Amino acid sequence: MSELLKVEHLTKIFTSGFIGGFEIRAVDDVSFTIKKGEIVSLVGESGSGKTTIGKLILRLIQPTSGRILFEGKDILQMSKKELRENYYRQVQAVFQDPFASFNPLHPVDRAFDLISESYLTDVSRDERKELVRDALRQIGLNPDEVLGKFPHQLSGGQLQRILIARALLLKPKLLIADEIVSMLDASTRIDVLNLLGDFRDKYGTSVLFVTHDLALGYYISDTTIIMYRGTIVEMGDTEKVFQNPLHPYTRMLLESVPDLNVKWEFKGIEPEKEEGTVYSLQGCRYAPRCPRATRLCFVRRPELIEFEKNHWVACHFYY
Amino acid sequence: MKSEKLRIALKNRKFKVGVAIIVFFALFALIGPLVTPFDQLGYYPVKLHKMLLLKRSTPNLPPMSHDVIYAPGREINVTHYLGTDSFGRDLYAQVVYGLRNSLIVGLIGGGIATFVGLTIGFLAGYRGGWTDEILMMITNIMLVIPTMALLIIIAAYMSTRGVIIESIIIGLTAWPWTARAIRAQTLSLKNREFVHLAKLAGLSDLKIIIGEILPNITSYVFMVFILQFGGAILAAIGLDFIGLGPTRGISLGIILQNAVLWNAINLGYWWWAIPPGLIIALFITGLYFVNIGLEEVFNPRLRRE
Repeated sequence: MSELLKVEHLTKIFTSGFIGGFEIRAVDDVSFTIKKGEIVSLVGESGSGKTTIGKLILRLIQPTSGRILFEGKDILQMSKKELRENYYRQVQAVFQDPFASFNPLHPVDRAFDLISESYLTDVSRDERKELVRDALRQIGLNPDEVLGKFPHQLSGGQLQRILIARALLLKPKLLIADEIVSMLDASTRIDVLNLLGDFRDKYGTSVLFVTHDLALGYYISDTTIIMYRGTIVEMGDTEKVFQNPLHPYTRMLLESVPDLNVKWEFKGIEPEKEEGTVYSLQGCRYAPRCPRATRLCFVRRPELIEFEKNHWVACHFYY
Repeated sequence: MKSEKLRIALKNRKFKVGVAIIVFFALFALIGPLVTPFDQLGYYPVKLHKMLLLKRSTPNLPPMSHDVIYAPGREINVTHYLGTDSFGRDLYAQVVYGLRNSLIVGLIGGGIATFVGLTIGFLAGYRGGWTDEILMMITNIMLVIPTMALLIIIAAYMSTRGVIIESIIIGLTAWPWTARAIRAQTLSLKNREFVHLAKLAGLSDLKIIIGEILPNITSYVFMVFILQFGGAILAAIGLDFIGLGPTRGISLGIILQNAVLWNAINLGYWWWAIPPGLIIALFITGLYFVNIGLEEVFNPRLRRE
């Protein structure tokens, strides 16, 4: 499989105010690649910068430094026109909140109309309609039931499916799926995830699956990236990361997944104490919470090293 | 959805009362001048060969009094519905033409202020960065300059001023608050996910502003326009009252100014000062009624059903 997207030393610093403001390193020196037809899950708790990475790849916000190469071309050098005419034709997204993803004043058809006006210009009006109905049928919706309705008349699951249909109408090369099932019922989650898998199999679409739910990440992805406070702590083949978690943070996350067969029992997970200062930490950002932290952890930032084939970890214990 | 809003609006008593007042005065300004033979300054024009003579009546006649105007070769019976001023000019004609001009000032001045405010607010809010910094700096400077002082200076520099010029000046000084409010709304809307998706659909910034952001604040824009409309009328009347109104023509403010200059109230000529003041007060009240009513229409939490 060849590389589709390569992220190199991506950093995004949010600053507040011109004078006397503080900085938050939402994404700090992050590098990874997405291969063609691969599903990569980006896992992390809230504030880990996973959504920011999605937005950076979509050029909805500007990175502070670093490069994002899409098929070898740096998208940060692209003009607005190039982005509009070329990049968004190939890279699409579905966001977390299906209700916020529709303009409440227009019928849901508008989602399809906007992209077909921009990208399906060579297709006649009737063919477009048929394409939309086709896309809706493929994701298991009855076109007659949803077309022409206003967003508030449909359920979250239906809206999210419509958004997936919208993104997939273009058959993009890369789909950024930002927490797409977190607002859905447990019963519809798996259906939506299976849809993503189906599309990958049919059209070879790569997916960046941003989630905070380890189980979902495990279910769908080929590669898993675990993030903590803007840095990658562990990444690699999903099987390897889940079967043999190396970083203490990954282990903690896996331990905190509730098990259906086990009643709750306190395992001594250290809650987070220092919220703001962690971004300015010299060493490993997980050090304040890490049960195995030594002096070195506070002083020096661990680099990502390849522990075994296709399994990287950023922790001083594996040097 | 549009008809739904209209249905709620028509059920709202404040809205209905406000609209009734506005429509009444708008019709009055449109039709009123047709039923008076006097010109906008209250003179009776008499054509004599190729000359136009401006005839006056008896000064200080109370409302509904009849008078005779002596034109060469004939006598004309006239009724002064609102009496005459100290120069024998008909006050009803002055008031209806003045109201007409005041409404023109409101429409043009309020329209310009709303439009400029919208444009600057959208640009600053949507583009952000330096565009925002510079535009907001200009807006803040405009905010701290006392508008009335600025209006006086501008008006004083122009030797001849018409109603149109006056409304443009007012419009160009009244937009800053609107710009700030629209900017704030845009800031919150531009990070909604549907705006992101519109961007991903390859829409240009202008299309996103007009197609995605503007429809979400139509109600607000509508109310801004009503407020600006009333604000422009009041600003114009303020200018007229201190003698910086249109140099040619009439307005409600100018009538009031004349009434004060010639001691109308002290001399008991109440019909000179009260009608124009009452019309201004009633009309502005109507506008505010519509505004409050609309707020209840657009904000379900204020609704009492």
